[in-house]
Order: sequence, then C-alpha cells, then structure tokens
Amino acid sequence: MARAISTKRKSVNTAIAGTLGFLMFFPILWILILSFKTEEDAIRAPLQILFDSGWTLDSFAAVQARSDYFKHFSNSVIISVGSTLIGLMIAIPAAWSMAFVPSKNTKNVLMWMLSTKMLPPVGVLVPIYLIFRDTGLLDSRFGLTIVLTLMNLPIIVWMLYTYFKEIPGEILEAARMDGASLREEVLYVLTPMAIPGMASTVLLNIILAWNEAFWTLNLTAAKAAPLTAFIASYSSPEGLFYAKLSAASIMAIAPILIMGWFSQKQLVRGLTFGAVK
Amino acid sequence: MSLRNTLASATALSLVMGAGAFAEEITVATVNNADMIVMQELAPQWEEATGNTINWVVLEENVLRQRTTQDISTNGGSFDIMFIGAYETPIWGANGWLEPLNDFADDESYDLDDIFQLVRNGLSDTDGNLYAVPLYSETSFTYYRTDVFDEKGIAVPEGQPTYEEFKEMAAAAHDPDNGIYGTCQRGKAGWGENMAFVGTMANAFGARWFDMEWQPQLDSQEWNNAITYYVDLMQNYGPPGSSSNGHNENRALFKDGKCATWVDATSAATDVKNPDTSSVADVTDFFKAPQQVTDKGTGWFWSWALAIPASSQKKDVAKDFLKWATSKEYFELVGETKGWVAVPSGTRQSVEEDPRRLEAAPFAATIVDAILSVDPADPTAEPVPYTGVQFVAIPEFQGIGNYVGQQVAAALAGQQSVEEALANSQQFAVREMTKAGYIK
Repeated sequence: MARAISTKRKSVNTAIAGTLGFLMFFPILWILILSFKTEEDAIRAPLQILFDSGWTLDSFAAVQARSDYFKHFSNSVIISVGSTLIGLMIAIPAAWSMAFVPSKNTKNVLMWMLSTKMLPPVGVLVPIYLIFRDTGLLDSRFGLTIVLTLMNLPIIVWMLYTYFKEIPGEILEAARMDGASLREEVLYVLTPMAIPGMASTVLLNIILAWNEAFWTLNLTAAKAAPLTAFIASYSSPEGLFYAKLSAASIMAIAPILIMGWFSQKQLVRGLTFGAVK
Repeated sequence: MSLRNTLASATALSLVMGAGAFAEEITVATVNNADMIVMQELAPQWEEATGNTINWVVLEENVLRQRTTQDISTNGGSFDIMFIGAYETPIWGANGWLEPLNDFADDESYDLDDIFQLVRNGLSDTDGNLYAVPLYSETSFTYYRTDVFDEKGIAVPEGQPTYEEFKEMAAAAHDPDNGIYGTCQRGKAGWGENMAFVGTMANAFGARWFDMEWQPQLDSQEWNNAITYYVDLMQNYGPPGSSSNGHNENRALFKDGKCATWVDATSAATDVKNPDTSSVADVTDFFKAPQQVTDKGTGWFWSWALAIPASSQKKDVAKDFLKWATSKEYFELVGETKGWVAVPSGTRQSVEEDPRRLEAAPFAATIVDAILSVDPADPTAEPVPYTGVQFVAIPEFQGIGNYVGQQVAAALAGQQSVEEALANSQQFAVREMTKAGYIK
C-alpha cells in the first residue's frame, strides 16, 4: 500500500528541491547575467551588477568578431555526433551479445571495460599524442572523433547492456522462430524496443563529448578545435575578460542546453530505466 | 578569339595557382591579453601584404604553457609560432627545441640593437643565442593612491623604500571601515602568482632559492624573515581572503579604490591609469618596489616573446611574421591605430623615447627605468648558480615554485605556521633536486 504523504511534507519537499535546483542552476544564471554586461560592470559587487548597471550585447559582438564561432560549433557537432554514432555501431552488437548470449566471462569483460574509465586521461596523453603525431591525426576532426568514441564506448556499452537486459529474451527467440536472421532480429525487433534507452544513451554521450575538454584541448590546434577551445581562449589570469568569457560560455553551452531542455523527459527516463523493479 | 581567351584564362589560372602555391598558412599559439588582441586585429595587414594566412590558437596562460610544452617536447609540429615567456625561452633554447634567431641581427631595417639588451639577454641562452623576440616586457613596482597618502599624511618615498617603511605606510593608510585596505598583494598559490611577489620580496630580505651547490635554502633565516613579514603584512593590512587573490583580483580591487598600495606588474599601469576603466586613474602614482637588506632582485623581470619551434615546417614564413610583429613599423602601427598608450612597453628604446609615447603615457619612463634596473643574472644578495629574478630558470622550478606557493598560501590563510610552510617547502625542494640529479 502506498504511503500517504501530507500536503505540508509535499510543500517542504518541493521547497527543498526548488532551492537545490536553483543553487545548481545559479552559476549558469550568473554567467548569463555577466554575458550581458560590460567588462567594467562585470567585476563590480554582485548587487551593483544586478541593479546598477546597463545591459549590452557588446561582449557577444566582440567574441564573434575575434573568434569564428560557427567553425568551432560545427567542429563540436561533428565530433560529438560522430563519436556517438560510431560508438553505437560498436556498442549495439557488443551489448546484444553480452545481454542475450552471455558467457561466464561477460561480467569480467564489463568490469574490464569500465576499468578503462578509471585511468586518469593524462596518464595516456603522451602515448596518444605521439601516435597522433606519427599518423598525422593531430588537429583533425577524424582523430578527435576516434578518441572520444574510445573514451565513451564503455559508457555506451554499459548503458545499452542495462536496457537490453530489460527486454525479455523470449521475444527475440520468437523472432528467430519466425525466421528472422540475426541482423533482422537486432535491427527490427531489438532496436525498436530499446529506443527510449538508446535515445538517452545518444543524448548523454553527445553531452559528454560536447563538454569534453581534456582531449579536445590537447589534441587540437586551429582546424579541429571545438567549442571547448573557443571558451578557453577567453580565460586569462592577466586582464579582464569576465564578460567576454561569460558570453563565450553561453554561446558554447546554449545548443546543448536547448537540446537537453527538449529531451529531458527521455534523458530522465533513460537514466532511471531499470533502477526500480 | 577563342584560343586567345583560352590562353588568357590559362595564364590567369596559372598565376592564381602559382600565388596559391607560395601562400602559406601558419599557426600561432598565444595567450589572451590586451597586446595579443591588438596583434590579432592588425595581423590581417601582414596577411594582405604577403598572401599568407594565420590560424590563431588563443589559450589561457597555464593551458598554453602546458599545451606548447607538450607539443614542443614531442616534436609535434602543431604550431609555427609560440608566445612564450622569459622562463621557458632559455630552457627550451638550450634543449634545441627553438629555432635560433641570431640572423635577425643581420637585418638592418629590423634593428635588433634597438631592443633593450637586458630583454634580449633574458631571451637568450648562456652562449648568447637569441631564441625569441619580445613583444613586451615588465617588472614590478608599487602603485599607490596619492589621495589616500595626502589625506593620511603619509610621506611619499623619494627613492626605494624598505619593506619596514612600506609596512608603516600600509598601516597608516589601512582604513577598512571606509573601504580602504593598506595593501593588496598576491596570495593565490602558483609560481606565476603569489611566488612572483613573494620571490622578489625574499630576494629583498637576502634570501635565495639555492646556494652555489644547488642546495635548497628555503629553511634559511632570510626566507623565514620574508614570509613572516609577508603573512603579518597581509593579515593585518590586507583585504579579507587575500590568500585567494591573484593579479586580476588585486587589479580589480585597486581600480575600484579599495587598496592604498599594490606591488605588481608594470604592465597593469596602462589599465589602472585609464579613466574609462579605472576609478583611481587620476589619483594613482608609482614608486619602486621596496628593498630590505638588499636592493637586488626587488622588482621581477618578465617578457612575453614570440619564438619558432624547431619542429615548424614553415620557419621562413614564421620568421617573416616575427620580424613584422616586433618591428619598429609594427609599434608605429599600434601607436597610430590604437593610441600610443597601447603600444607594448619595455621592448624598443626608440619607442620608449618617442615623444608621442611619452606624451600619451607619462608613466612610461618610470616603467622603463624600473625594467632596466633589474638584472636576472645577478638577482640576490648572495651568489647563486641560476638566472631569473622571481623564478629559477631550470625545468624543475615550476613544480617547486608551485609547491612553495601552496605552502605560503596555506600559511597566509592561517592553516599552518610559517615554520611548517618553509620546512615542508625545503623537504619538497630537496627531494625534487635530488631526483633531478642536482644534489646527492
């Protein structure tokens, strides 16, 4: 029997959740406010910034004049979407085999894949940098896409494995009895049933790849640099660039924020899928 | 007719293709600061004149340092020009990672001798090979508020005051109830942050990083005197939370009228004296950074310069750009288009003596005097085996400087005593220097 929750308790819970949500969102809100201020206003006391200074689009104009936003944006799109799609192509068959035809080592393989995420990236920076140098992949979108695919592959496999495990094997068996080949079974039976889970996997990995700053800063120079490099170019320990840095940050996170806003239902559903049985 | 057209088209096409074949694309890695922004804005003039193009990679100073170090040490070849400092240049040059620029001396129109000798020395190895050409140079001096000094009856020092006299000035000016702190100094940990100031102050107190046998000297009485003074000064007359204030935070505080004194980079003077960006532009003046038991190494020396990595495949084009970007003509161009106050300072003698410069920036002569009084080859009271005023020009210094910076910041925040901070620092420095083979 479901436990009754009093209205008072509900209000308290809502207030706490609202406050926590606001606190988490506050840094982004503050960046947004600063991006519409001049550099001189952006370093004033918080109350003066809010109530005693004008609003301007100067920082956005200055950022666009100095940096090619659309080049960085298109690099971010290509790298994040590309790495997610290649990741899916590898992860779907891998997750299928582990979910429906497990061997005695499946659990070990899964743990081994996850263990690769436990190594600090800087530990493999020099070897990867040298490989990229020798293969001509430095500052290339292709090279970066491959690295981000490999970085996120364990997460994609794990997420898909979790979703596939929720699907009864009998349905796939029935498809096989009806004469479906393995390819048809994965493409026409399994994939449509796992769409919500796959959608959240895709969204989460695009976000992870979009925000990835270690490899994207270290393996690029000018041509393949995505939006993370675009933001980094406005950070400075000498001189005042808070307003421009804020404007650059807003321009960089806006696409992913909008995408996240529209797909939050799928994201939450995907992330909590299988959490409660 | 048709044949003639075809021939004309073919000729035009081959000319275009020929021009295209000579035009090169170079990649320049740089920091985000006012002088480099100006260079980015003016560089299209060089691109237009030569047909070459530049890809700019602009990064935050620490990210740039890490990124360029990684690329140059692995012979990566991602960059054709790097914007590096006086710390890296001699080390990287000695490693053979940078293209020597000695042939710049042969170009009469470039006039290498016009660049201050001291600055050239700072960008050369011990054999005198030049590895980078400077865009601007800086030292440190004291910014002070003339109105506060007048109001509180504080005498402005005629020459170089001692740190004890400086503390008396800070004490007399300290008036937190009216929003004025006696002094604002760097407290944020880092070899390029708090240790830039603390290092020069330690020099003034007679301290040194290493003795002639490379034994770390951080547990010496001189270091103890310097750090004890620093912690006492900042805890009594500094703004709250000063252990997290770096150059930017202090610059903002000073410009907002919150600090009576500030010892920091001469390069901030243009900004502090600009009435559009500073509320204290008309009531700020300067005197030398204080001394104590010695006047050696009491103002730091730093230069941001352009260098060509040995791994670049386009060295000739890169050299051509370097010459243009540090030429007399470039400084003239900046003066004419951005104003003579915005011309990079402390690099060329002819620029610093130009009447247009002196009229636009009356404080420029003070800055040049301060820069020329620094000697990175003789920075301390007692002899040392290294060069560098606020840093030691060895690769191990970054790690040691950062660690000592953290220990000093912890002492300033009251998390440990000065003795503990220096004992930890000494232990760390001994370990690092032993590991690197300097000492046994």
